[in-house]
Amino acid sequence: MRLDATDQQLINFFQRDLPVCERPYEAMSRQLGIAEDELIQRLQSLQDNQVLSRVGPVFEHSQAGASLLAAVAAPHEQLDLVAARINRAPGVNHNYAREHTYNLWFVMTAPDEETLDERLDELEHQLRLPILRLPMVQAYHIDLSFEIDWEALP
Amino acid sequence: MNLSDVPEYQAAIPDIAAGPDNTEGLLRLRRQLELGLPLTPRPYAKLAEMSGLSEQQVMIAIRQWQTQGLIKRFGLVVRHRTLGYAANAMVVWDVPDDQVQDVGQTMAGTACVTLCYQRPRRGLDWPYNLFCMIHGTDRQRVLSQLQSLITDNGLQHIPHAVLFSTKAYRQRGGRYVSHS
Repeated sequence: MRLDATDQQLINFFQRDLPVCERPYEAMSRQLGIAEDELIQRLQSLQDNQVLSRVGPVFEHSQAGASLLAAVAAPHEQLDLVAARINRAPGVNHNYAREHTYNLWFVMTAPDEETLDERLDELEHQLRLPILRLPMVQAYHIDLSFEIDWEALP
Repeated sequence: MNLSDVPEYQAAIPDIAAGPDNTEGLLRLRRQLELGLPLTPRPYAKLAEMSGLSEQQVMIAIRQWQTQGLIKRFGLVVRHRTLGYAANAMVVWDVPDDQVQDVGQTMAGTACVTLCYQRPRRGLDWPYNLFCMIHGTDRQRVLSQLQSLITDNGLQHIPHAVLFSTKAYRQRGGRYVSHS
């Protein structure tokens, strides 16, 4: 999806440090030289078009609660079925098929470690597949934002 | 979860004159924030209304959560796939234990790497202890970025595997507070 120059600028400027003041969108709109209501409309349509998943905070996993990366090796013909079962489990916020014997990769979250283990045990039991459990040991780079190379996009 | 048991919530807002129900209000605020900031001229006032706090309390809480690192980034959360970053590879590495920190830091400093974590090995079945994520517009571009990462940093001796994603079944922000 192609975005116009203002939308690109909006994303370049505000992947971090969104203003925390009474009228944050007004402050942002001044930086872009547009009106507040135009800025809000642009955010709304970026959100509606799935360019933005949301405006707001990214919580630090290790402080926000418990989470880990998990994987299962699903029989190839049951990939969609197993993925749907995983999505039904509480606390799953990412779930991708990947090219490997371990072909489904998901992130499971919970308010605390004990609940996390219980959720994984329960899911393992339902799926009748062993779950590879890979908690984070150390983060070297945890910032989910990166500079978008607009020129390189299709 | 009872938030009064969680230390960071007890310490979260020392300078707000805490009403008896402040903890519950903060819990409601957390839950609303995980879903995103409302797109209305006074979003913090809207959050305040939904969580039973004042607008000032909401802004102070968010600033303090940022300072404490509970909120690591506050801004637009982009879905790169929609923009045309169609390929994403999780690259996993079997790094000698005494080198993992150096290699991890090197990768983290490389522009094409968006995430880099150390995780435990799981026996012969899963020998990899370092994970990084590379996003690109297509598979070829991701592979050439990976090749540069390897040659620029002398990582040829480290066994690795490339796991391209073929389908996203779910992609959303973490929801740690109960939303039921």
